[in-house]
Amino acid sequence: MNGDLVDVRNKIARRETTARAVVQATLDRIASQDRALNTFHEVLADTALAAADRIDADIAAGRTVGELAGVPIAVKDNIATRVGRTTCSSRMLETYRSPFDATAVERLERAGAIIVGKTNMDEFAMGSSCETCAWGTVRNPWDTDRIPGGSSGGSAAAVAANLCAAALGSDTGGSIRQPAALCGVVGFKPSYGRISRHGLVAFGSSLDQIGPITHSVRDAALLYRVMAGDDPLDSTCAPEAVDDPLPLLEQPTKGLRIGIPAQYRKGNSPAVDAALARASESFRAIGAQLVDVDLPLTDVGISTYYVIAPAEASSNLARFDGIRYGHRASGNHADVNALLSASRAEGFGAEVQRRIMLGTYVLSAGYYDAYYRRALQVRRLIKNEFDAAFAKCDAILGPTAPTAAFPIGGVTDPLSMYLCDVYTVNTNIAGICGISLPAGFDDSTGTRLPIGIQLQAPAFADSRLLQIAHAFERTHGGREYPA
Amino acid sequence: MLFHPPRFRRTLCMMPLDSADMSNPVESLTVNDVRHVARLARLAMAEDRLPVMRDSLVAILGHIAQLQAVDTKDLEPMAQPLPMRNRLRDDDSGTTLSTAELLANAPKTEGDFIAVPKVLGGDSA
Repeated sequence: MNGDLVDVRNKIARRETTARAVVQATLDRIASQDRALNTFHEVLADTALAAADRIDADIAAGRTVGELAGVPIAVKDNIATRVGRTTCSSRMLETYRSPFDATAVERLERAGAIIVGKTNMDEFAMGSSCETCAWGTVRNPWDTDRIPGGSSGGSAAAVAANLCAAALGSDTGGSIRQPAALCGVVGFKPSYGRISRHGLVAFGSSLDQIGPITHSVRDAALLYRVMAGDDPLDSTCAPEAVDDPLPLLEQPTKGLRIGIPAQYRKGNSPAVDAALARASESFRAIGAQLVDVDLPLTDVGISTYYVIAPAEASSNLARFDGIRYGHRASGNHADVNALLSASRAEGFGAEVQRRIMLGTYVLSAGYYDAYYRRALQVRRLIKNEFDAAFAKCDAILGPTAPTAAFPIGGVTDPLSMYLCDVYTVNTNIAGICGISLPAGFDDSTGTRLPIGIQLQAPAFADSRLLQIAHAFERTHGGREYPA
Repeated sequence: MLFHPPRFRRTLCMMPLDSADMSNPVESLTVNDVRHVARLARLAMAEDRLPVMRDSLVAILGHIAQLQAVDTKDLEPMAQPLPMRNRLRDDDSGTTLSTAELLANAPKTEGDFIAVPKVLGGDSA
């Protein structure tokens, strides 16, 4: 399954193997490996095998199959699927079954992809380590005593351990890119509005975006092409046509300018700085011009994000009331408010409650202007800063995270955890696109821990970003596999 | 009149926090404020958790205070990243989910209805 998705699909379509054999091999790997990793909350063996049999029957009957026919894909558990549950790794949604598929899932399935399971995550996508998952911490396949990153840690670890051909994640402030970096795989956050959010359980509606976590840039480009494009069910989905990234991948990246901000070279571990230096050399090797760019508001991003995201979350999560769906507290309650408050206190974990509190506070009377309105003004400044930088370069290069994966339980203070996302939150704040690519290892602790570098490009330059990422991957080397 | 607007909208949301002194809002955040915000957020919070929540909010808000140092004069707030207008769909009927599908996730039902405690006349707000 290490081959690319096109290869997996073509082998099935040419009858060199069957979709059932590919799916069964995936299920077998999950069964033997996942007890140690906890990447999946639910494995959907029966529906996956049934879907595989339908594809094999279509091929046997000579019918045309989709471009992802038989490809086993894992889906983060905050993306709605009609099969299985959609729990957001929260007790609040422990038994929730979505009556509909997310648009992204529907488009993948229409192309023949097979959903093999739902992956664990930080509860409601709030976290950078998968330690807030209500179904237990997810383990990093490179070192099971370490975190996989988050919040899409289950998806990233599943791809890293080769438990699926690819996975879906969601990214509100780095939740695709950071776990991809820490697990040594490719994680792509498309521009805001490129992939429909219909069926993605809302966290920060002006920041959220679904994206692929894959073995290679080419796989990410293929999944992106299948999922991207307007959707009448999401009014924030951009109506502009999607450039097909795949033909672009093989074209030379002529006149490429890569911007490196001085602000991205402060406070990183020595191994991350070394990986960044090597990545710069790889870009030089493909003829890119390296230019200095200035992003002085980099450090203010976390503050901006931790006003906007909790504010939007406190509003979005108001829907979880234990009335129409979700956890309802047992016992007798005097009235609806008492029931609501008890249900929410029981259903939400500590980090989710903290973010709801923070969001409610910054939106409360007397504070709105000082926090929320000001954060939205700084948001415009951050976007302007990116615009100025992109006038000088095609993409911005930097680390995805300042360090490699830390030990489970190693960061307990919420603010320190938030600061891990310093390089990723501004991408969402500005609505631009970003991709994390495997770029080496930190060997300083005695185990090999992956390091990721991030490339960011302007909004709707997604295909160009994938082209640049592909050129880098070809020169620098692709992903490696844990022992 | 069968419908009364919930009382909390008027009373709770307009109530100023103890820390409404904007010269130093973070340091002055009290346990009483945290209790009030928890009520606004509809989160039942045990008394012994209030100081813990206060401390973590103070730490985070202390960091966020750096926003006050950024010059934002004359800047239009940016609520979302795309220059988009409101989009309306055609007013056509389509397929919808059935009552059975919608009720399948409800924690408590009576017949074709979702069961809840009494809505009117309560005073916990």
